[in-house]
Amino acid sequence: MGYSLDFGWLADATGAIARGAATTILLIAVTTLAGTFLSILGAAGRRNGPLLLKRAIGVYVEVIRNTPFLVQLFFIFFGLPSIGVRLDPLLAALLAMTLNMAAYTIEIVGAGLDAVPRGQTEAALALGLRPRQVFVKIVLPQALKVIYPALTSQIIIMMLESAVVSQIAVRELTYEADMLQARTFRAFETYFVVTIVYLVLSMGLRRLLVSGGRRALGAGVS
Amino acid sequence: MIEFTFWDMVRNLLLAARWTVLLSLAAFVGGGVVGMVVLFFRIAKNKWARRLASGYIALFQGTPLLMQLFLMFFGLPMLGLRIEPWTAAALGLTFFASAYLAEIWRGGVDALPRGQWDAGASLGLHYLQELRLIILPQAFSITRAPTVGFLVQLIKSTALTSIIGFEELVRTSNAINNATFEPFTVYGLVALIFFVMCFPLTQYARALERRATTN
Repeated sequence: MGYSLDFGWLADATGAIARGAATTILLIAVTTLAGTFLSILGAAGRRNGPLLLKRAIGVYVEVIRNTPFLVQLFFIFFGLPSIGVRLDPLLAALLAMTLNMAAYTIEIVGAGLDAVPRGQTEAALALGLRPRQVFVKIVLPQALKVIYPALTSQIIIMMLESAVVSQIAVRELTYEADMLQARTFRAFETYFVVTIVYLVLSMGLRRLLVSGGRRALGAGVS
Repeated sequence: MIEFTFWDMVRNLLLAARWTVLLSLAAFVGGGVVGMVVLFFRIAKNKWARRLASGYIALFQGTPLLMQLFLMFFGLPMLGLRIEPWTAAALGLTFFASAYLAEIWRGGVDALPRGQWDAGASLGLHYLQELRLIILPQAFSITRAPTVGFLVQLIKSTALTSIIGFEELVRTSNAINNATFEPFTVYGLVALIFFVMCFPLTQYARALERRATTN
């Protein structure tokens, strides 16, 4: 053995860990909002849009779902500048996360839209609502209720996956851990502590989403 | 500067892709074996065994894979084991896969009607025989689609092992990019190679799913 654990550095590191965790929370909050919005548009477009749009959305979903997030991130951050699109790390990370999440949630939202009985649309049209009103006020709320648990899981998966954006120097939780261990030479202890922070974040996020969903969408959401 | 033609890039990336494939297979097989053990605990009659397995699964599903790999890479040397990136990557992904596979298969076991257990017991089979002859074959057969789906996730996850220094596809592409300064082409090619590996499996999983719903 000959190795003893040392957590003495922790007292000076709480500030950095808290800052990193705050950035991680910011990343996932923005991604959740933008990704969900994008996936509602995408799922609706895939069902009712023109043929070309349907095809394009289909290709987008398949490409994202069948390639690693890390490669998507590198492509956006390192690859796009060579065709003139230069993004700073935080924006590149947000773009990559949003595009990644939307590809998964388009399928989820789509399944929710399919689960709403056709009679709901017909009844709403018969009452004189315009098609857009039917979608926003009748179909979408019911669809969101059905898919809420799946959406919750996807948000948490995305939060865990966001650890990867440390690789393009976004100062989130993993990046702070990398910096800390380089300074303290206590790699195992540092990553151990940060892993526990992630565990707490993911459990807290799940609880928040479940209770928030229950309030917003009514009972029956688990 | 080294001169790299387009075909040099492709050739080097394809050579590196061998390691991605090998690591995926090793982790899938290893994860399957460890996952079986976790599954036995997860569906055991003993309450504490079940809790232990639930905790194991929650731990791996509630923390980033990157952290698991780091802990493996920096933690094992503390136990006096000499460790190389390949070992850390294979072990880390094995444990990661075992948690997910155990949870998928548990879903299959739970989906079976209670009567299957009762029928087994009434035929005089003991617990292990019931599992081996009746429960597990059916559980595996109804969870084939999500299992293949997870294999796709696992292949994509191998990209993270580049960060702890394992020379697979992504790490090689970083090196090529540093030599050629053509990130658009290099990462585009890497994405294409991953797509070619994953897309057929995704389609296969989808076909299995369709077959399962029509039955």
